[in-house]
Amino acid sequence: MAVGKEIKTQIASIQSTRKITSAMEMVAASKMRRAQDRMQATRPYADRMRGVIAHLAKSNPEYKHLYMQERDVKRVGYIVVSTDRGLCGGLNINAFKTLVREMTEHNSNNIEIDICAVGSKAGGFFNSYGGNVVAATSGLGDAPEIGALIGSVKVMLDAYAEGKIDQLHMVYNNFVNTMTQTPVIEQLLPLKAEDDDESMTHHWDYIYEPDAKELLDGLLTRYIESLVYQAVVENNACEQAARMMAMKSATDNAGDLIDDLQRVYNKARQAAITQEISEIVGGAAAV
Amino acid sequence: MAMTVHCDIVSAEEEIFSGLIEFVSLTGSLGDLGITPGHAPLLTEINPGPVELKKQGGEEQVFYVSGGFLEVQPNKVTIMADTALRAHDMNEAAAEEAMRQAEQAMKDQTAEFEYSKAASQLAEAAAQLRTIRQIRKKVG
Repeated sequence: MAVGKEIKTQIASIQSTRKITSAMEMVAASKMRRAQDRMQATRPYADRMRGVIAHLAKSNPEYKHLYMQERDVKRVGYIVVSTDRGLCGGLNINAFKTLVREMTEHNSNNIEIDICAVGSKAGGFFNSYGGNVVAATSGLGDAPEIGALIGSVKVMLDAYAEGKIDQLHMVYNNFVNTMTQTPVIEQLLPLKAEDDDESMTHHWDYIYEPDAKELLDGLLTRYIESLVYQAVVENNACEQAARMMAMKSATDNAGDLIDDLQRVYNKARQAAITQEISEIVGGAAAV
Repeated sequence: MAMTVHCDIVSAEEEIFSGLIEFVSLTGSLGDLGITPGHAPLLTEINPGPVELKKQGGEEQVFYVSGGFLEVQPNKVTIMADTALRAHDMNEAAAEEAMRQAEQAMKDQTAEFEYSKAASQLAEAAAQLRTIRQIRKKVG
């Protein structure tokens, strides 16, 4: 029967789409678990590093490192952490929007902006939106390595050291849970100490080996790198979670669509049958 | 009871050790360091080599680190290693092989290679071997 052939093909195509989205959902779910493990594993290092830096900020060093000095803000650098692939809901765009809001604010204060894009989505967005992208790295994969980030982080740190930028921030998604990821903007430079420990208020300083400048250069660079790495790993977990949710709702929507179309198809078929019968009956009555 | 201090060893990938110790010795950038509880605040780079802990109660444990940073506070010791290994996870044959290759690369002046890279590889392999031998000595 030729009834509803178009509907039939439409149903078939949605069915195959649903197959793909549900497969992607499952892949994302398993990748998310691994990404979460990775996130948890890198946390102790970043936490300890934060602790040391907090101590450092409270000490009274004879040498004050460049990264710890506040200066007038004329130009701000942003490291934007995004994903390499799409199909992960509003994850990237939410983070970009948060940044764009800050950018407009800076623009109205005549503060210029440099962007370092991590992940191909950020590069693409800010190239077309009109940000000044000074460094970009992408293709980090599911298990990002710290080595791949060092280059672009160095570009920003050098810019800060040379006085091209006066503040460095980082934009990434914070993994709250599988359902919720919130974009955050964190200030990296100059260093800000979280003030919670009152036990260190007396006047003290570290013994530095070899010497303060050399050591702090290494340590603070490592600190920023570890923060960026942590953000990339966390953003990766967010990506998988967001993709899982996006694919889950796509699969559900495809199911609803198929149900609706199936109903339309059944009605059309029934109408055709009814019409045929009434034609036969009408024909028989006429005889 | 002996005085103790809290010690953490973390690498970028995982937490290696966390607990109370009586003494720790490791190789700083200016030479060997021995830290006991109540040490003055110290911040230093560490060179590849063994980290020896004397845990609360006197039990000893050896780790290998390939470099990183050490922070000492009177009540806390933090070792942030680039890579850290539990010493018994290490393989003597592999370390010897790595050292032999690094030495080869240093000698081979005709080949294109980065001298500093080869030198650091050699230092790491030598430090790993040193760690393994140290454990050997303790056990044997």
